[in-house]
Amino acid sequence: MTITNTIFKSIKKASIVAFSSIALFSCSDDDDAPEAVNEEEVITTVTINLTPIAGGDAITLMSQDLDGDGPNPPVVTVENLAANTTYNGTITLLNETESPAEDITEEVADEDDHHQFFYTVSGSINNTTYSDTDENGNPVGIMFTLSTGDVGAATLGVTLRHEPKKPNNGTLADAGGATDVDQSFSLTVE
Amino acid sequence: MRNTLTLLCLLVANTILYAQDCNNILIGEVIDYHDNTPLSNATIQIQGKEKHYLSDAMGKFTIKNLCNGTIELEVSHPECSTRFIRIEISGNTYKQIVLEHHLEELDEVKVTSSTINKTNSAQENILKTDQLERFSGNTLGDALKQINGVSSLSTGSNIVKPVIQGLGGSRILILNNGIRMQDMEWGDEHAPNIDLNSAENVTVVKGAAALQFGGDAIGGIILLDQNRIPKKDSIYGKTLLHGISNGQGGNISTALTRTYKNGAYIKGQASYKKLGDAETSQYILSNTGVSQLGASIDFGKLNFEEGWNAYYTYFNTTIGILRASHIGNVDDLITAINNNEPTIVNNFTYTINDPHQEVSHHLGKLNYYKRFQGVGKLNVQYDLQQNHRYEYDIRVGDDKDKPALDLKLTTQTVAVDFKADSYDKKKITFGILGRHQENYANPETGVRRLIPDYKKADFGAFTTMEYQLSDNSSIDAGLRYDYSKIDAKKYYRTSRWEERGYDTDFSEIIIDDLGTQLLTNPILEYHNFSGSAGLHYIFKNNDQFRFNYTLAQRTPNPAELFSDGLHHSAARVELGDLRIKSETSHRFAASISKDDLSWGYELSPYINFISDFILLEPTGIEFSIRGAFPVWEYRQTDARLIGIDASMYALWSSNWRTDHQFSLTKGKETNNDMPLINMPSARFQNGITYTKKEWNNFHIELQSEYVFKQNEYVPNIDVYSPQQDQEVELKINTPPNAYHLLKLDSEMKFNFDNKALTVGLGITNFLNTTYREYLNRQRLFTDDLGRSITLKLKFNY
Repeated sequence: MTITNTIFKSIKKASIVAFSSIALFSCSDDDDAPEAVNEEEVITTVTINLTPIAGGDAITLMSQDLDGDGPNPPVVTVENLAANTTYNGTITLLNETESPAEDITEEVADEDDHHQFFYTVSGSINNTTYSDTDENGNPVGIMFTLSTGDVGAATLGVTLRHEPKKPNNGTLADAGGATDVDQSFSLTVE
Repeated sequence: MRNTLTLLCLLVANTILYAQDCNNILIGEVIDYHDNTPLSNATIQIQGKEKHYLSDAMGKFTIKNLCNGTIELEVSHPECSTRFIRIEISGNTYKQIVLEHHLEELDEVKVTSSTINKTNSAQENILKTDQLERFSGNTLGDALKQINGVSSLSTGSNIVKPVIQGLGGSRILILNNGIRMQDMEWGDEHAPNIDLNSAENVTVVKGAAALQFGGDAIGGIILLDQNRIPKKDSIYGKTLLHGISNGQGGNISTALTRTYKNGAYIKGQASYKKLGDAETSQYILSNTGVSQLGASIDFGKLNFEEGWNAYYTYFNTTIGILRASHIGNVDDLITAINNNEPTIVNNFTYTINDPHQEVSHHLGKLNYYKRFQGVGKLNVQYDLQQNHRYEYDIRVGDDKDKPALDLKLTTQTVAVDFKADSYDKKKITFGILGRHQENYANPETGVRRLIPDYKKADFGAFTTMEYQLSDNSSIDAGLRYDYSKIDAKKYYRTSRWEERGYDTDFSEIIIDDLGTQLLTNPILEYHNFSGSAGLHYIFKNNDQFRFNYTLAQRTPNPAELFSDGLHHSAARVELGDLRIKSETSHRFAASISKDDLSWGYELSPYINFISDFILLEPTGIEFSIRGAFPVWEYRQTDARLIGIDASMYALWSSNWRTDHQFSLTKGKETNNDMPLINMPSARFQNGITYTKKEWNNFHIELQSEYVFKQNEYVPNIDVYSPQQDQEVELKINTPPNAYHLLKLDSEMKFNFDNKALTVGLGITNFLNTTYREYLNRQRLFTDDLGRSITLKLKFNY
């Protein structure tokens, strides 16, 4: 009987220690709300500004995805291009989850030897050519020119790769690297 | 005739008379717990009396002049722990007394470790010290694959998560010296934070039958333990050196133990591993190096009646993640799958660049036990663990050197159990456990938390019972209850919150609205019940039969509940669900085995019905500025796993031995008969070993492993490829082809006085075969490892 008593006493003591320590740990920390994280590297907005070299109406193509990696797809807005026209193009990347919006293009420009934009065209757009180079003389693609052909439908695709093979033959397959931007615009050339 | 009858009557009457006069005889037989050999010279003493008795060469002893009733014997033996046994005397009585053999040998290699089973009726397998030492430079997961029915889910060659009969991750408990590891086992790319060199034996219990360790081991339990400490003044140690060709590195591990006659001991162990980029048969796997440090100290005083020990272990690893497996979006993934070679192959280097992981684990434990004479053993244990995980992604600009994930998990557990083992035929254990866990996700990463800050409290209570029905049969049963409460603070993107439908189901848990993000406070509670029942029967010819049923329930892990976002390293969006509830398994397993001197076999079929089985599988794609990403969602379904583990060995002569193993697991969803994702394919292993004791214990083993193609898999998904401007099949589920690997292992041991040097040579993937393994997550990007030659040196001193 005495042994049993001793055991139960021991168990009781151990349990008290156990659960009081747990209670203690549970109560010891405060209930402060964790800090919110605003993603710094998210690109929410891709804007392409196209200005006709010979003068005329500048147009803007935009793809905006304010929830970043969230479930909502990007919202694309486009304007019509003029036929048989050459445009000077610039691309701007923004993180609009921050206020004021962060210009990610600057980061790309700072590390331009590790980045490259690739433009793919089809339909009534003839081609694009790079207007800028990095410190090694390789293209970057923040600035470019775009030439349209006759009236019709066209697509313009833009891909930003980081750590691509540089120089490369201008194709995504050869360049490799990881994709930071991959958007496609369905356009009308009129 | 009449006279004879009278005489008989008289005799009987006499006996009864004498019985009342305390003239009974007790014949006892003292045998060894482990191998049932008779123990001579055991001292037997009736409690409260002076006289001693000694067992003879056959282990037998006789005590005369006993009354009916209960007596208590103290049985001691120079090489065994003393036992107190209560015996019911009723007329002349025979009693078998089992003593546990304390190992006297100091030669560490001879230490057979505890071959005591952890359960009565479950399928168990053990890896002993010498089997573990061969894997000194590898991972725990690699070593466990020696056990039939154990495979692994790996990410490259350094992240190897064990899988038991098709189930892994949170469905497997890993106990490191009696401590349940709390090392974020929920992630597919989170390897167990254990240095294999710190364990001296490893037991795998298939299924959840070992209820004393937890009720949620739907897959099984892995127990890493130390060998018994000899009670003797001594000092001994060992050092292992492994040089590994694939990765051009190696491993050094050393351990030193000091023991004292009074039961005190101190043991220190440390190991360090460094490997550079690994290679397939064709090319270098860039950024797959690893460096790993493990150290442990263990001290205490262990005696039969009472003992305590303190244990601390530290583990730190830096693991490179294959550069080519870091991809941008679904088009990159399509390109990577279609390419035969990884897109990035650089020159060999030891440098670990991004992406990589840095993980550290601290584990401290205090243990105390006391035995109460004639009642049982009380055991009290406290442990504190801290797991800190950094994952580094390829990032640009100011964030280049910032981790993308920074999680700190702190866990404390107090457990008390009592084992009533003084009964003649039964053994009852009961215990309680309390646990507190806190996860902290550092916001400094600048990446939204994959796993939120949370606090978790657990409480558990169990009882298990074993009953010896007869000399050759025993039954067992157990019950367990576990309560878990998770109190999390999680930010959801408002768009995700709505997409998940949480705005209708969980609107009350929102505590702050930041516009695009919502701070929520999910508080989730789970009540889990588990139980087991089994039978163990030993046939006349020593064949053994075991049958076991277990009910197990598992609380969903934080990844299953809270995952929400893009997993950059995997290029996939992973979505948990707050509505996920506990999964419940009913598992029936039988095994029949023979373990003879010349041959043996084991045949273990099982069936596991799991309701609300939680699985993660690709369901579709989501678009962002970066392009399209496959979405992997957790969901629950009813599943059935059925399989068999069969093995056999034969000693053809004193020199030749062959080993054969086959394992098969089939996993289906029961309601639609669809296969389950990530089920191990069937594998067939055969080995031939030549041993020659006279040549310095020379042994050479050639092992063949044939892995079948997984022919039951989840269908691939169709995704829209912006680059190709069309729907294409994303072949993320297509299994690779069958493969066959050869492995060679040889060893020789040289003795000098009481020191020894063992020299070994091991070659894995002997034929430099090109292959991919279905359960290696990097199979989408690269081949598996090519040939590797390991030179092994071991000094015992």
